[in-house]
Amino acid sequence: MNAFWIILTGSLVATCCSLLGCYLILRRMAMVGDAISHAVLPGIVIAFLFTGSRESVPMLIGAGLLGVLTTFLIEFFHRYARVQADAAIGVTFTWLFAIGIILISVFAGQVDLDQDCVLYGEIAYVPLDLWITEGGLSLGPRTVWTLAVVTMLIILFIILGYKELFLTTFDPAYAAAIGISTTVWYYSLMTAVSITTVASFESVGAILVVALLVAPPATAYLLTDNFKHMLLLSVLAGILASAAGYYLAVWIDGSIAGAIATVTGMEFMLAFLFSPTRGILVKRKQLQPVQH
Amino acid sequence: MNEFFEFFSFADANVRYVTLGSVLLAGSSAVVGCFTLLRKRALVGDAVAHAVLPGVCLAFILSGTKNPFILLLGAFITGWISLLTIDFITSRSRIKEDTAIGLVLSVFFGIGILLLTAIQHSGNAAQSGLDKFLFGKAASLVGEDLIAFSLVAVLLLVATLLFYKELTLLCFDQAYAKTIGYPVRALELLLTTLTVFAVVVGIQAVGVVLMAAMLITPAAAARFWTDRLSLMLVLAALIGAFSGVAGAYVSYTAPAMPTGPWIVLIVSMIAILSFAFAPGKGWVSRLLRQRRNKTLILEENLLKLLYQLGEQRQGTLAPHTFQEILERRAIPKKQAAAGLRKLKNQGYLMKTPEGWLLTGQGQRRGERVVRLHRLWELYLTQYLHLASDHVHEDAETIEHIITPELEQKLMEELGFPVLDPHSARIP
Repeated sequence: MNAFWIILTGSLVATCCSLLGCYLILRRMAMVGDAISHAVLPGIVIAFLFTGSRESVPMLIGAGLLGVLTTFLIEFFHRYARVQADAAIGVTFTWLFAIGIILISVFAGQVDLDQDCVLYGEIAYVPLDLWITEGGLSLGPRTVWTLAVVTMLIILFIILGYKELFLTTFDPAYAAAIGISTTVWYYSLMTAVSITTVASFESVGAILVVALLVAPPATAYLLTDNFKHMLLLSVLAGILASAAGYYLAVWIDGSIAGAIATVTGMEFMLAFLFSPTRGILVKRKQLQPVQH
Repeated sequence: MNEFFEFFSFADANVRYVTLGSVLLAGSSAVVGCFTLLRKRALVGDAVAHAVLPGVCLAFILSGTKNPFILLLGAFITGWISLLTIDFITSRSRIKEDTAIGLVLSVFFGIGILLLTAIQHSGNAAQSGLDKFLFGKAASLVGEDLIAFSLVAVLLLVATLLFYKELTLLCFDQAYAKTIGYPVRALELLLTTLTVFAVVVGIQAVGVVLMAAMLITPAAAARFWTDRLSLMLVLAALIGAFSGVAGAYVSYTAPAMPTGPWIVLIVSMIAILSFAFAPGKGWVSRLLRQRRNKTLILEENLLKLLYQLGEQRQGTLAPHTFQEILERRAIPKKQAAAGLRKLKNQGYLMKTPEGWLLTGQGQRRGERVVRLHRLWELYLTQYLHLASDHVHEDAETIEHIITPELEQKLMEELGFPVLDPHSARIP
């Protein structure tokens, strides 16, 4: 049963992250996703201080705000202060992360958080925190419920905003011309990324969020030219990685989050080498001159 | 205050180690960071920082010891492989650089975590402390670490000085460097190696996540103060070193405070203040410049307008009412009033009961703007063969920019003309 809950948790996180990641990598914003997943830390700590618990909703709000603030700061430094784009990202997220760690140290007695939990979480504990109703009925792990709601929201967001997200990603100029606000959709996407990060940080940690945001979409990107297929393939790759990662972790007795990240990397390597259309081994074969 | 003197007397051996260690780390990685920043590859430092973890773990598994030099060697090897992987992925597929960086960063780190936890669960007692690599341990530096740091810091600085010219060319004009026969590929590898070195040792001070800041942030701050590379390197090193000392001081006065995050917080504040307030490039100084230009254009437009109104009356100097001015040109009322008042204070205008009147000085300045406008219109029609009804907009902009030298040149080029394309007289 534990295996089921852990793989389910991993798959839910993988679904949200892979879907959003497709947009991020096509917009060349993979590193913004990385930045957000680290920079939400002070938001989590502040929400924690205000509510004194790991209640999900205030944390989601706190981190959502911080995520938007992060993207806003990156934009601001880049556009108004003309800091070069990669430096703007690097300065912003390390600054916010440092503030988060300092806040944790200042309120060490009141905040039950530590850095390693933020960085690589502990998905193995998911089945321990059960949601038991007053009648004594066990409804399964709490985290699974939170993540299920977030996954639903993300899927809803992508279905409802499909056209707008698609256009602002592939042809921002055309989108603006037909009256779709690129700014609104940009910040909506970033809010979604922040919320996903926070919902998953406790169970899987920031680093697995980054792995799932980047690796499955990159894998899918090498396999197809159709955007809808890319979304589906990356979700598939993410879920597969969660399941395979779990068993890998059990086998060598290590961190599940680390194992899932490792498997996403292997998937990418396979696609990179053997993708029917773009694999480097396959391409090389096609390029060989015909022997007469 | 007592603590201040205690700290800066460096009487305590521990204070000496921590401070010196932080300064060496922050300073040397800032210097290397300048080059990676200028090559627009600032974030690869982040990837390397994450990628050293599997190397450390593998080195421990293979050697079974925690000898710092063996662990550093392992870290160095995987850090280096990670950079080569990023290059390989971007050059051999359609994956873009940011995706490749994110991918390598998270996957290498994931492998590292997997190995680290496997080691921890294996019950090997010797492993405790390996996780220090994740979060840094500036506050617990000992003499031995300091020797390693100093060696690396000196190595980095010497390498930068030796290859200063080559690295500069690599950053600013790679194509030229190739043409004149520099081994560009080898230089890239050199810079990669230096970056990995800086990261591998720097992690000891601030930890994996914050290491990116030690490379990028001082360099980004220094970039705002100068356009000269040599000065930028010195500034970045100073900013880094200062943050190192300040971070060590904070964690000395408040022992619960982590040194690494404080170093990063301080260096980030310096960077953000530089982005905002650095003279010339900063955000505020650019805003001020824009404002100054806007006022200048408004004033010149008002003077030009009054001059043109006077022209219609055959050059007689008669006052014009505020209403007349507003009718002629759509300037927001408030701005126009403020501009007129300012011009009066500067002595270009007089206010009479009937309205506004140009002084002699104002007459000359307005005349010049009109002259430039018409000269430019004439130039565009004669030399670029633009239709005469297409040239006004362009002249409207350039009339505020043309310098007296350019004006003279235009006059000569056009043969001291009398009439513009609309048959108006060029004053």
